Amino acid sequence: MIRSVMVMNTQGKPRLAKFYDFQTVEKQQELIRSVFGVLCSRAENISNFLDAASIFGPDSSLVYKHYATLYFVLVFDSSENELAMLDLIQVFVETLDKCFKNVCELDIVFNYSKIHTILDEMIFGGQVLETSSTELVKAVEEISRLESASNSINLVPKSVSGWRNR
Amino acid sequence: MEQLKTIGRELAMGSQGGFGQSKEFLELVKSIGEARSKAEEDRIVLHEIETLKRRISEPDIPKRKMKEFIIRLVYIEMLGHDASFGYIHAVKMTHDDTLLLKRTGYLAVTLFLNDDHDLIILIVNTIQKDLKSDNYLIVCAALNAVCRLINDETIPAVLPQVVDLLGHQKEAVRKKAIMALHRFYHKSPSSVSHLFPNFRKRLCDNDPGVMGATLCPLFDLITVDVNSYKDLVLSFVSILKQVAERRLPKGYDYHQMPAPFIQIRLLKILALLGSGDKLASEKMYTVVGDIFRKCDSTSNIGNAVLYECICCVSSIYPNPKLLEAAADVISRFLKSDSHNLKYMGIDALGRLIKISPEIAEQHQLAVIDCLEDPDDTLKRKTFELLYKMTKSSNVEVIVDRMIDYMISINDNHYKTYIASRCVELAEQFAPSNHWFIQTMNKVFEHAGDLVNIKVAHNLMRLIAEGFGEDDDAADSQLRSSAVESYLHIIGEPKLPSVFLQVICWVFGEYGTADGKYSASYITGKLCDVAEAYSNDETVKCQSLVEELSASHSTDLQQRAYELQAVVSLDAHAVESIMPLDASCEDIEIDKNLSFLNSYVQQSLENGARPYIPESQRSGVLDISNFRSQDQPEASMHGLRFEAYELPKAPVTSRIPPASVAPSTELVPVPEPSYSRETHQVASVPSISDAGSTELRLRLDGVQRKWGKPTYSSPTSSTSNASQSTSNGVTQVDSAANVNSKARHTHDSRKPQAEITPEKQKLAASLFGGPSKTEKRPTSASHKVAKASSHAAEKSQAPKAAVVSNQATLDKINHQPPPDLLDLGEPTVTNSAPSVDPFQQLEGLLDPTQVTSTVNHGAVATEAPDIMALYVGTPAGGQSSSAENSLPSNSYDVNLTSELSNLTSGTTNAGATLTQFTKGPNPKDALEKDALVRQMGVTPTSQNPNLFSDLLG
Repeated sequence: MIRSVMVMNTQGKPRLAKFYDFQTVEKQQELIRSVFGVLCSRAENISNFLDAASIFGPDSSLVYKHYATLYFVLVFDSSENELAMLDLIQVFVETLDKCFKNVCELDIVFNYSKIHTILDEMIFGGQVLETSSTELVKAVEEISRLESASNSINLVPKSVSGWRNR
Repeated sequence: MEQLKTIGRELAMGSQGGFGQSKEFLELVKSIGEARSKAEEDRIVLHEIETLKRRISEPDIPKRKMKEFIIRLVYIEMLGHDASFGYIHAVKMTHDDTLLLKRTGYLAVTLFLNDDHDLIILIVNTIQKDLKSDNYLIVCAALNAVCRLINDETIPAVLPQVVDLLGHQKEAVRKKAIMALHRFYHKSPSSVSHLFPNFRKRLCDNDPGVMGATLCPLFDLITVDVNSYKDLVLSFVSILKQVAERRLPKGYDYHQMPAPFIQIRLLKILALLGSGDKLASEKMYTVVGDIFRKCDSTSNIGNAVLYECICCVSSIYPNPKLLEAAADVISRFLKSDSHNLKYMGIDALGRLIKISPEIAEQHQLAVIDCLEDPDDTLKRKTFELLYKMTKSSNVEVIVDRMIDYMISINDNHYKTYIASRCVELAEQFAPSNHWFIQTMNKVFEHAGDLVNIKVAHNLMRLIAEGFGEDDDAADSQLRSSAVESYLHIIGEPKLPSVFLQVICWVFGEYGTADGKYSASYITGKLCDVAEAYSNDETVKCQSLVEELSASHSTDLQQRAYELQAVVSLDAHAVESIMPLDASCEDIEIDKNLSFLNSYVQQSLENGARPYIPESQRSGVLDISNFRSQDQPEASMHGLRFEAYELPKAPVTSRIPPASVAPSTELVPVPEPSYSRETHQVASVPSISDAGSTELRLRLDGVQRKWGKPTYSSPTSSTSNASQSTSNGVTQVDSAANVNSKARHTHDSRKPQAEITPEKQKLAASLFGGPSKTEKRPTSASHKVAKASSHAAEKSQAPKAAVVSNQATLDKINHQPPPDLLDLGEPTVTNSAPSVDPFQQLEGLLDPTQVTSTVNHGAVATEAPDIMALYVGTPAGGQSSSAENSLPSNSYDVNLTSELSNLTSGTTNAGATLTQFTKGPNPKDALEKDALVRQMGVTPTSQNPNLFSDLLG
């Protein structure tokens, strides 16, 4: 089972944090900090895996990937395969890229709810749900279409449609 | 360039107001991004919180604005600030009708709330409604919330709707419904136990995605119970075959691999099913071989599948061909430049090595390379592999390597881990005593206080007892080599406390044993230690009292008093108290506390409640017990009975210790004076003048404790007898459990007072740590000569033994199976009268149970059934109706697993299940299940007929 998905920038600022087992706000911050502490001390060109037992308790591993200014981190237990998790990060980033054309850190900050939508379509309750980025994009677009359709008080259709076509 | 792009985008967003967000939010994010320090950021966020607090509660906020507020709240909370003032608004938002707001509301509550938060009650209703919605997106959002916000109490409220969704037309909904059920299974396995057949059915879903989702719960179910799913081996194999042959729609391909995530899940499941099962494994060989051949080893995901194949091969019944293929892949992994693949290769090697140990040899060099790699993750994985490879021939090298690495790292968690590994290997494979001592020295020196205290005790035990062979010469050689090495080490500054304690103890016991060093030399060394570590109280005390015990849980005050007493005695007495080289001789304790038997029997006959093991009492009792040692009249509950006897007690206590007044023992006054000292301030009014006489009293206590044994032991024995009789009288009508327990403490404190201080602590913890009782079998019965990891250390062994014996003693008298007692727990602790009938009935039930266990499973299950009916009646008021409606009963588990074996029987299961929906709540069911297991009957007994008889 996947325990947590985190995105943080290279300064250690959280950009996205989702924990599939409840953690208090303080605990979340502590976890993010300690993960960042480990990540930023790791050299380039070494493995993307970490034994996270000291941070997340027994039976937990961590896979991370570094893209531009962001770290993408997945924490999971032994029922998942490390290499596959690495690819899951890849899927996530690919999907973000398709949704925001050349995704960058700011996209993630400003589209907080949309990022969560994408993540929820991909990982559900700690289990991998969908791994095809085309399917993911389709689902997310469907959601935003229906959302805007249902939103009768939408006074600025132009900007919304512009956003959808990005 | 990157920056330019960013700025451009920022501008663009500013002009159009972002993605539906206002300029304010943009400003907020920007200013936080530009904050130079954490303090500045905090200031900005606090300001934002103020703004939000003010504005969010304004009336008539436009919906879109409200959405943004909520998103801002989520954002703030992600930055680590408290946004709880807005939770209620997020909850309100879930009630909204528009999809956009509803989804935002659900998103926020899933991020904000825990499943036992107070606000959940406001959401459950909405979720129930939304699960039935026509709009599949609303259903999905609700399912998402279900995963996170529903706990085992609220599961019944939404379960029917979620089950209905399994037949939803949208495959996305079906998928999520399965995942939600999976989540329910995680939270409370019994709540969905009747749905296991549904998972099987969903395996045949038209949509491969739904099938893939079903593999997740099935994997968990199979992990728990392999045998019930053996019939699915063929189905899994054929699914895997179809996937591998690209029969799935193109949409499921990922990087030219057909549905790799589904393949990985299937391989994991096959690994479980084929483990140790030749027949099942043979069905898998072909398909796994195919995948080995077909897999694309250039892509990451391809390697993931290959790795999973190796795991599968190493788990199922071995097949030479597959092992060969696996070995090939491993060598490819290890030769790769990618650290990730090397890591996987090392891991895979560790798995395969159990089956074919020779495979490691061809990869020796690669492994050594990984060991020297700068990548910590890889290094640790390699140590893991080495640990698995260790034999007596290579232990020296491997442990040396481990210690070197241990020295080099700072991560305490891993340091502890690897130190324990070193110790384990050294204990298991040590080629010589000398090497063992040296290794342990190194471990202690560098890992220091991170080492488990038990390791130190084991080491001391080893030195004391030798390696078990009856070779005294070797033993003494071992000792002298230890002394020698310690003398060498002790000069070094800054030794860890645990290690120093070991050293001091060894010096004390064996420093002068071989006559090489004079006593004064050793004492001088010890004094040096005491001075050098004067701030480390444990060590100081230890080095002074080192002959006294190898124990650790030092009560400093107590030690100090004892020490004073010891010092004041003449040398002859000291010798008799502390014989040389007797550290491993058993100190005689009446472990059964047999002198109490008659008393216990008596008070039982008088209607006293049986002893309840500590693990089943609530904390209240512990506290009162603790108090009762010092000031019985001050404590509440049942202890009141005791208070009336007290007034005369203090008077007798002041009689010089030589008097053998029986009543003395009823009061704590003459007991070890340290308690008096500690609780002086809180001491009871009736002995308020104790302060003035305190000094005298203390000396009395000491003398009694350390005086001639001939005179003090009769004291205790007589007082024991008299005490028990007097108790019998006073507690004719209702001796509360608390009372009798307090008595136990008093009694046990006495014998210990004459023998060694060790046992004082022992007595203090006589009713202590529930965890200790687990050690019962090892510590109580046999003494392991060789210092092995599970031999409890010397001082703890008798402790655990007494604890367990106390427990068993009481059990012998009343035989209350812990599970049953558990049912009555809340009432037992509170008031006696409400429980009494309960206990009596329990007593009636017991014999039937005992006899039934002996016979066979079917009858054994009858006992809990009676119990269930019984529990149902008196405690009926307690269990809510919601819980009652829950179709969970241990029979359900039995039936479903039973009937799922007989594939045709599913309809029967449904029919019989409905009869039992009125069963007790899940907790009872679980307890009963545990009871049945305890009696050695597995839920899946091969006796369907008997069950149907029972069910009528």
